[in-house]
Amino acid sequence: MSAVSTPTTVSTNPPRRAPAKARPTGLRGRGPRRALVFHVLSLALLAVVLYPVIWMLVSSFRPTAEIIGNVSLFPDEVSFDNYARALSGIGGVSFWTFFKNSLILAVGSVVGITISGSLSAYALARIRFPGRNLWFGLMIATLLLPFHVVIIPQYIVYNSLGLVNSFWPLLLGKFLAAEAFFVFLMVQFMRNLPRELDEAARIDGAGHLRIYRSIMLPLMKPALVTSSIFAFIWSWNDFFGPLLFLKDPALYSLPIALRLYVDQTSTSDYGAQMAMAVLALVPVILFFIIFQRHLVEGVATQGLKG
Amino acid sequence: MTPDKLFVDRIHSGDVQSPAGPTPARRRPRRGEARAGYAFLAPWLLGFFLLTAGPMVASLVLAFTDYDLFNAPTFVGIDNFTRLFADQRYLASLKVTGLYVLLGTPIKLASSLAVAMLLNNAFSAKGFYRSAFYLPSLVGASVSVAIVWKAMFIDGGIVDRIGQGFGLEAGGWVGDPGKTMPMFVLLTVWQFGAPMVIFLAGLKQVPAELYEAAAVDGAGPVRKFLAITLPMLSPVLFFNLLLETIHSFQIFASAFIISGGSGGPANSTLFYTLYLYIRGFADFKMGYASAMAWILVMVVGLVTLVFFKSSKLWVHYSGEEK
Repeated sequence: MSAVSTPTTVSTNPPRRAPAKARPTGLRGRGPRRALVFHVLSLALLAVVLYPVIWMLVSSFRPTAEIIGNVSLFPDEVSFDNYARALSGIGGVSFWTFFKNSLILAVGSVVGITISGSLSAYALARIRFPGRNLWFGLMIATLLLPFHVVIIPQYIVYNSLGLVNSFWPLLLGKFLAAEAFFVFLMVQFMRNLPRELDEAARIDGAGHLRIYRSIMLPLMKPALVTSSIFAFIWSWNDFFGPLLFLKDPALYSLPIALRLYVDQTSTSDYGAQMAMAVLALVPVILFFIIFQRHLVEGVATQGLKG
Repeated sequence: MTPDKLFVDRIHSGDVQSPAGPTPARRRPRRGEARAGYAFLAPWLLGFFLLTAGPMVASLVLAFTDYDLFNAPTFVGIDNFTRLFADQRYLASLKVTGLYVLLGTPIKLASSLAVAMLLNNAFSAKGFYRSAFYLPSLVGASVSVAIVWKAMFIDGGIVDRIGQGFGLEAGGWVGDPGKTMPMFVLLTVWQFGAPMVIFLAGLKQVPAELYEAAAVDGAGPVRKFLAITLPMLSPVLFFNLLLETIHSFQIFASAFIISGGSGGPANSTLFYTLYLYIRGFADFKMGYASAMAWILVMVVGLVTLVFFKSSKLWVHYSGEEK
């Protein structure tokens, strides 16, 4: 791939005095041939990159015996059997129960993170109070902290409170802004809002609560949307937390159910595994298609991970 | 950031009085501000003490004990640490994780930079490519993708067949201790989209005049890359490097799924966090696992420190820096 990687290939003929200064480097001179080269290269690369995802989708419609080793992306015959088996669930629990559990966890995360994150971010971005810099620094430090160092005591505490095997351990942290990424994202966003706004409101006698609710929340909608999308997808894909805290199959979220499915059917049933893998990704892919702009821009400005 | 209409309406609909003299906001006693600040920060503060700081202290104490969740912890001094470094599986997990970070991170960053530079052109549909390449980053750590990856690399699977076409031995990668690492490296490199998007944002900031000036001076593409692109991108590169490295240390779900939770074959997929999980939550060696967690914190802390110290040598911030 790296052979492709020297795209600063400037054409050998001297660059024409380009009218648009802002135009970025590389593959200069927008002749149709260059554009063609660019698109062919990019599409070829994209085909390689997206192959596993498309293959998964196609495989989910194939008879199990034909999945492994079938390189083709065109199914010979389309069968929905895999989906029928995947939807029937495992261990007496229906697929829709897992789906519902995942949905509760993801929506709960979104609600928790938007409320707690925006409140904390408002304090750090808009209120001047002693200790603010200290707390902000500590919050940044937790960004880099591997969560494994806190998970064992957390488990012990939740276990002694009888909360293992419930959604509490997976949701409480979201309502307490434990994921610093989101607070950080919202702080950065709020800092860019003009100061005059709240100063004017203060003059009118508005308190912090009022400013937060009537001025900041409506204005920070883009940040809230980005946070919500990521909060949803991260919670939806989360494996470690549910693996640790959910023991009863009736409480399983989709990733854990999927793992159980793989363990129980490991001998052969790749078809149903693929179908379930696809079903587990459907909301994520839908979010991706609808919100890809927000997702990509969120990553670009805040350095979020996927 | 134009204030939206709603807000403007609200301000104007309120009975606005012309302020005379110093604003009440300035006069407000500081104690009120402190109270408001702590009230708003309360969710995070509570979370910080209950879910981060408290557990960190507890974990540090536990690291010096033997605790199985059912009997009271017993103090064992530094036994956990000395036993760790005599534990062959632990040493294997260090090796596997270290190798993964050392191989995966640079290759991933190089490919993401390469694609970012390819996409940093004035051609249309750039937004489409940017989004489409980002997709694997979004789903890469999911169980679904781990299952697909396993199916692709298994004996008789697609990759095995294609590999045979290139003269590789048959047999699949999943069960071959010598091939599991490349399989995982490919999985992380496949998720190059997230750093790529960050690189693209950085490339947009590089002034085109620099390249034009260099072209006038007769600089070739390699020269331009080394003298302009890399230095101008160094803050972004630093950011990506730090993020990807820390992220790589914590790989879990895919290792768990592909190895069936065992870290096999021959411990070749026994990533650090997988072994930590096995010791803590399958064997109930909570003290032992806590010691492991603290070593991870120290390693990550050390790596971060080295990155920050060395960054003074190679990260260049341009004038308009804050």
